[in-house]
Amino acid sequence: MIKKLRKGMRAVGWYGCLLLAAGIAGCKPPPGGPAAGVIKIGEFASLTGKEATFGVSSHEGTLLAIEELNAAGGVLGRQLQLITEDDLSKAGEPATVVNKLIARDGVVAVLGEVASSRSLEAAPICQQNKIPMISPSSTNPKVTETGDYIFRVCFIDPFQGTVMANFATRTLKARKVAVFTDAKSDYSKGLAKYFKEAFVAAGGQIVAELDFNGGDKDFKAQLTAIKSANPDAVFIPGYYTDAALICIQAKQLGLAVPLFGGDGWESEKLIEIGKDAVEGHYFSTHYHPDVGSPRSRAFVEAYKKRFNGKLPDAMAALGYDSAMILADAIRRAGSTEGAKVRDALAATRDFDAVTGKITINEKRDATKSAVILQIRQGKMVYLETVNP
Amino acid sequence: MDWLQQLINGLALGSIYALIALGYTMVYGVLRFINFAHSDVLMLGAFAAFFLEPAVSKLFSPQSYLGALVVVLLAAALCAAIGILIELLAYRPLRSRPRLTVLITAIGVSLFIEFTCQHPAVFGAATRPFPRLLPERHFQFGGATVMSDDLVVPLLTSGLLAVLWLVVQHTRIGTAMRAVAFNPQAAALMGVNINRVISFTFGLGSALAAVAGILYALKAPGIEPLMGIQPGLRAFIAAVVGGIGNLPGAVLGGLVIGLLETFAGGIPGLSNYRDGIAFLILILILLFRPAGLLGRAQVEKV
Repeated sequence: MIKKLRKGMRAVGWYGCLLLAAGIAGCKPPPGGPAAGVIKIGEFASLTGKEATFGVSSHEGTLLAIEELNAAGGVLGRQLQLITEDDLSKAGEPATVVNKLIARDGVVAVLGEVASSRSLEAAPICQQNKIPMISPSSTNPKVTETGDYIFRVCFIDPFQGTVMANFATRTLKARKVAVFTDAKSDYSKGLAKYFKEAFVAAGGQIVAELDFNGGDKDFKAQLTAIKSANPDAVFIPGYYTDAALICIQAKQLGLAVPLFGGDGWESEKLIEIGKDAVEGHYFSTHYHPDVGSPRSRAFVEAYKKRFNGKLPDAMAALGYDSAMILADAIRRAGSTEGAKVRDALAATRDFDAVTGKITINEKRDATKSAVILQIRQGKMVYLETVNP
Repeated sequence: MDWLQQLINGLALGSIYALIALGYTMVYGVLRFINFAHSDVLMLGAFAAFFLEPAVSKLFSPQSYLGALVVVLLAAALCAAIGILIELLAYRPLRSRPRLTVLITAIGVSLFIEFTCQHPAVFGAATRPFPRLLPERHFQFGGATVMSDDLVVPLLTSGLLAVLWLVVQHTRIGTAMRAVAFNPQAAALMGVNINRVISFTFGLGSALAAVAGILYALKAPGIEPLMGIQPGLRAFIAAVVGGIGNLPGAVLGGLVIGLLETFAGGIPGLSNYRDGIAFLILILILLFRPAGLLGRAQVEKV
């Protein structure tokens, strides 16, 4: 009996050794040592859900950058592998997918997100694991304040708020402005705050301040109150689905003043849903394909070729830039080690990016110019560039 | 004339809540459980109209009342079928089980529909533009702007309430519904086909949800698979406030919630607490008038 058991155990042992051997063989690094393996880069984006066009544009830009880098021989002689996770535009999801990217996939850096609330959710996780994170287009200042591993390649809302306050006073000649904020979004609250500060400092008056919750469908109650405050213009720092519905219901209520917002408005969906109700309104953003350097024109051509003639928007350009800046930092660091890549990112100076020259400042933000667009005949038309 | 405009906004919104609340309350009246999938049937109604509209507007001229009616009727019929199917597959096998089991199942059905529809192969999670079904007209009325939709919604709701009332009080199937609500066993012994009555109730409730979904989508023409959650929740509160199981109560509750929400939304500083106010009303009602505004307190027989 005991003999039999022993025999059995030996057999198990043999199997175990065999399995182990197979496992080692399977995991053996490819010829040339570990340096020749792929560099895994994680990306989390809102590919579906409320802000889906942001995530899709940003992802397409990032993907294009990675493909171009790989075609040119990769970074440090290694190919890049982009691992993308969808966060469904939902709170709670970014933490789950970024944990998965870091723990299970072992990515060396994380790219994402557009929405500040979701970047703020992922940032502490990247910081804790000492994995550099680059947000392509989250503009709330708090995102990079999370820690020294968190970067961004876009401007921040104190600047964007000032730009729109100046635009309201100078171009729209507005003296009285109402502000309609998405109380659920860090982006919206931040941008509203900086706009109000700058607009009041410029001598303007805020005549009404009302809130909505992102995802609401009925805005008539607040818009009626805004209308009776009789503003010259209404600032709506929200995202495009809400902004489109707000424009429709404002028109229905006969609120016939200019409405304007921030980069959260930039999506084809704004026009698709809002139709004639968004006509003539304004918003600020990071980039427009009509303006820019030879670098930008080359990007527009490459993007159109890759994505069936689709014109890139600001989110696509910033997604592209975020990947390019990361590749540049890895190259200069000569390593994919978190701390070294972080130091190299922090030392980025005058990087020739699609959305302009990028210098990372001591707060790990990029100092860049903004553009203002107007919706005319269903198109987003370039109006002016504002420098910091 | 701010209050007048808000009154109009509130009535238009409240009428939609009322329509949804009618479905909740009807199913509760007969089966004594909350059909949480009701808000998702509402979403399916809006999507049904979204996909039917291009075909129908080819037959009739676009934005005609007749075309809109056809779209609404087809969507309502489709959703009635879906509602009957949900009851058949998910709730009927559990009818003799404790009520809690059915309640949890209802939440499961709701999540199942929401997440299936968010899959890219079904509807996808992105917001889609909802077509205009009706011509849009504006009327100026004492300084307030009244949209044609704002008139259509309350009229339709009161019309449907009247029809529902007639069905429940003056038809054979309505009598059967009331009998099943009163005592299912006794009704079955008297020869009432319980399964048929319950299927009919679900069909009727789901058809109302479809109509409400379309009206809601007309108001805010961007539809997505989770669009039903918010109005569904408010309508559920409305049904409880009005007295769950009570048809006029559901309409009253819907109007109360719609008006309160609108007036609160128009006050700076309060506009962010619209949901909070709806729930505050719910808590107050449950504390001081647990049977609802129009409900009659029932003595539990021991």
